[in-house]
Amino acid sequence: MAFLNFNLKPKNELEQGGRAAAPVHQDESEPEVTCPNCHKSIPVSKLWANLNVCPCGRHFRVNARQRIGMIADRGSFQEMDADLQADDPLGFAGYQAKLETARISSNESEAVVCGTASIRGNRCCLFVMEAAFMMGSMGTAVGEKITRLFEYALEHRLSVVGFTVSGGARMQEGLLSLMQMAKVSGAVKRHSDAGLFYLTVLTDPTTGGVTASFAMEGDIILAEPGATVGFAGARVIEQTTRKALPKGFQKAEFLLEHGFVDAIVPRKAQADAIGNLLKLHDREAAV
Amino acid sequence: MIQLTPYDRVKTARDNKRPTGLDYINRVFTDFFELHGDRRYADDSAVVGGVAYLNGKPVTVIAIEKGHTTKERMARAFGAPNPEGYRKALRLMKQAEKFRRPVICFIDTSGAYCGIGAEERGQGQAIAENLMEMMTLKTPIISILVGEGGSGGALALAVADRVWMLENAVYSVISPEGCASILWKDAGKAAEAAANLKLTARDALTLSVIERMIKETDIGHPSFYAQIRQLLTEELEALEANDLLLQQRYERFRRIGVQEKETV
Ligand SMILES: [Zn+2]
Repeated sequence: MAFLNFNLKPKNELEQGGRAAAPVHQDESEPEVTCPNCHKSIPVSKLWANLNVCPCGRHFRVNARQRIGMIADRGSFQEMDADLQADDPLGFAGYQAKLETARISSNESEAVVCGTASIRGNRCCLFVMEAAFMMGSMGTAVGEKITRLFEYALEHRLSVVGFTVSGGARMQEGLLSLMQMAKVSGAVKRHSDAGLFYLTVLTDPTTGGVTASFAMEGDIILAEPGATVGFAGARVIEQTTRKALPKGFQKAEFLLEHGFVDAIVPRKAQADAIGNLLKLHDREAAV
Repeated sequence: MIQLTPYDRVKTARDNKRPTGLDYINRVFTDFFELHGDRRYADDSAVVGGVAYLNGKPVTVIAIEKGHTTKERMARAFGAPNPEGYRKALRLMKQAEKFRRPVICFIDTSGAYCGIGAEERGQGQAIAENLMEMMTLKTPIISILVGEGGSGGALALAVADRVWMLENAVYSVISPEGCASILWKDAGKAAEAAANLKLTARDALTLSVIERMIKETDIGHPSFYAQIRQLLTEELEALEANDLLLQQRYERFRRIGVQEKETV
């Protein structure tokens, strides 16, 4: 997957403007990706012209900046707290080196990107988690950034849109990571109690402490098709219960069936859907 | 006394001879009346809750119960709550808010139950809802970690005004075994992981995650329960007189992990 991401990064176009700016061109030397779902080979450019979604519907992962390019109106994203980062508060063995590697491989300073943006003309606060940074794990910096975003949104009476992708709380920050679940939840609650709107989009994978906090706290919870969403890891459950897992276990469709997400929205339809929901919840604009 | 290593404390915290949730309920309080069920789906035997008196004062008390014997432990799912357990706890907390009773939680769990049904019924959602709702519950909450404090499954009962730990209780984002097997592919390095995770009561106190560490020298004796009764009584009196309760509860968590320096 790391190799895949590396090759699939048409950085300039997508980071600055979204899909309209990404040219579709193809040459013979172009790399192809084999889809694990339909097993067909797809040229990278074709995949990207389709927001990194295979024609069969399989949603491949995208990084935070690409996601912002796909969802925010062109040039509307203004980042906040970009420099806030973890500093190994517990002196955990090997953590410094891991952070270093994560920063280089993801080109981000932490596992979440926060800021303000417009989505189909609707101003909001936006956070997008970054899987390439230690599997989107939540430590003190991620917790602080998202908390600040909710506090900013409360102060400016803005809706919050959040894209989650995370392996859960970051173990290298121990209890301090765990406490971020409560801290962010508190900020979400204050924002909510003020009558403000929070929408989450669960993307692949969203698990552990993030599922057990702000991912599941949205007024409206959307999910990407096929995304794995759960609290405990499927392998751990299989090992502890020694039972075969049901088909589609912990997939977005499974959560929809069990009543834990409002709708599954394909990537292509997300900007419109989110824009419309933001508009519907904008009481200042409503007549 | 020989200094225990962090992993020694993990093993002590897991010892089935330690007092469990029901021991505290029955010895710290009087006239406990158990209230069952989450009014949604089921009653979770891993979480015991109800009403009781603390030194003559009505309170709501909720405890994760592990059981002592193997038979009891099986019946209590080894103290691993299902979503119903967290929902029952929240129901009882809302009831406490309505009748202006303080809430006292005793926590002892290796973590939220890990199973197919738990996922189907929204384990993550149940925990998340408790975290949000407890933050603004309009009545004092005191949570005491008496054994294991396993991750989100423990935190779901610990969004409180005061969080205390017994001297040999542990509180961690992940079990040391789990941490060692993920990080070093070797569950045998659990002792090393335990030391790195900073999961002891002393560590939690240093990190300002808890307010008090309770000595265990007389654990299980009448004097031990009397001490807890006394501490709870005094603390609740102070909390009930506090007009800034919710503001301070928010700030209690808000300040954890704030990064002063912002490096470029
Ligand atoms: Zn395909």
